Amino acid sequence: MTAGPAKTAPRPRAGAGTWAALAGLAALVVWSYQGVDVRLGELLGPEGLGQIAAYVARLFPPDLSAPALRSAAEGAVETFAISFVGSVLAVVIALPLAVLTTRTLLYRGILYEGQALSGRGRLARVAIYAAARALLNVLRTIPEVLWALIFVFMVGLGPFPGVLALAVHTGGVLGKLFGEVLEEVEPRPVEALMSTGASRLRILLYGVLPQAAPQFIAYALYRWEVNIRAAAVMGFVGAGGLGQRIHIAISLFLENQLLTLILTIYLMVTLVDWLSGHLRRRLV
Amino acid sequence: MAPTPSGAPVDRFPASVSKPAFPWLLTGAFLLTLWASLRLAEVDPGKLLDPDALGNVARFARESVPPDLTPHFLGLMLRPLVETVQISVMGTVIAVLIGLPLGLLATSSLTWSGILHERQTRWGRVLLGLMPYAVSRAVLSAFRSIPEYVWAFMFVRAVGLGPFPGVLAIGVAYGGILGKVYSEILENVDPRPLEALHAQGASKAGIVLYGVLPQTVPLFVSYTLYRWECAIRASAILGFVGAGGLGQQVELSMRMFQFNEVLTLLMLLFALVAAVDFVSARLRGRIARP
Repeated sequence: MTAGPAKTAPRPRAGAGTWAALAGLAALVVWSYQGVDVRLGELLGPEGLGQIAAYVARLFPPDLSAPALRSAAEGAVETFAISFVGSVLAVVIALPLAVLTTRTLLYRGILYEGQALSGRGRLARVAIYAAARALLNVLRTIPEVLWALIFVFMVGLGPFPGVLALAVHTGGVLGKLFGEVLEEVEPRPVEALMSTGASRLRILLYGVLPQAAPQFIAYALYRWEVNIRAAAVMGFVGAGGLGQRIHIAISLFLENQLLTLILTIYLMVTLVDWLSGHLRRRLV
Repeated sequence: MAPTPSGAPVDRFPASVSKPAFPWLLTGAFLLTLWASLRLAEVDPGKLLDPDALGNVARFARESVPPDLTPHFLGLMLRPLVETVQISVMGTVIAVLIGLPLGLLATSSLTWSGILHERQTRWGRVLLGLMPYAVSRAVLSAFRSIPEYVWAFMFVRAVGLGPFPGVLAIGVAYGGILGKVYSEILENVDPRPLEALHAQGASKAGIVLYGVLPQTVPLFVSYTLYRWECAIRASAILGFVGAGGLGQQVELSMRMFQFNEVLTLLMLLFALVAAVDFVSARLRGRIARP
């Protein structure tokens, strides 16, 4: 803003900070390279490549016998169900938490300009905000597979712990995203409702949520796409679906069945991506 | 739909006629899918309040507190913690090495269509552009549609336990994702600078170097950092299938019912991911700012 009337914008130069960041990055890579005994030479040498080729060759042809296909279809349906229920429950978890982590609804911003909260009331609301936010962070930070492990320990093997794991983790993710959407809604409809003397609940229902709903739907559909992939691997820790069958196929060296299952995942993921994209275009 | 006075055709907007049916149909389909899924996924909230489940929770709560914070255990866990970070860094490096060339090839505006290829013959485009384009897109698609867990487990079988299969799994799975995102970024560059360079008679390499890359590099860096963040999360748990890092320790402690160790590990994992979120958000904020 203070710069004079420059004819052409000065070309941004790489400053000392950029070089320091690059050097740091290079050091990080070297340090990591030494730490994880990467044997790329071995892998990409003639012997390693030969083994890879042999393994890929063993995958073909996919096992298309009736029992294998039935097993894959059952796994796919179960995985679909896990991802669907998990995503719906995640929205149920995320909505209230998102409202509780929206500062503009709780204690500041135009809603509270006219009628300032008392010191204690404000403190209580800040505390609610902090608690809800901390809860969201915990839900989101623990990965879904870890949640699955915890829920398998709680309620036993089967698809149900997978559902719970997806619901809880995705609830944390969506809660954060929803909260960001709520904080950034256009304030004018809210002001208009305020001037009519609407209660805060009504302002939330008629002024804020209608604005946020399309983005909520878009995020929920996007997370459903993520969850169908996650649900496909839940079985690795005993939470049902295709993952369990893949785990068995790899463990028992049933390569042809493995390829069938991988193709099933591919089909299902593509289908859900398509469906979700289609719904997003129609609804949003 | 009442006809307008000017006598405009009534079916001018046919879509609006079918619209009222759409939300109901969709709601019906949604409820039906939900009902079927609830049954198929064996959802049973009662199980959560079952004495067994509550007993397990109580046992976990009782035995996990206090977390094992003895210097001995923390010292032992330092190595897996460091390893988790190292796996994620090397995995992301390999992902970039896979994703960048394949992503460039999978960009139609670079390989066969648009301004760079106006002067090429049709067969030249198909052989030199379309074929590599199709092959690299197929490879990227295969890489990313197999989940990183499956890759990790396959690589554990191929190269043995330890961090190396984790690196490869992240490298391959994220390479597929990065390649796709890079090519999307490349497809969406503003064509005007390219046309300007083209009009000046710049070579193809010149157009890519001075017209395409300056527009795309900040986005590449930003997205790659985001993927690195995801890679740390992934490498922390790939250990469940034996691919090193903290996950392997969580799995071991869980199997041996050492819940105070599990709690310590969960805390470490939480601290790690939170730190990465923080650093990555700040870095991206700085890069995104011009």
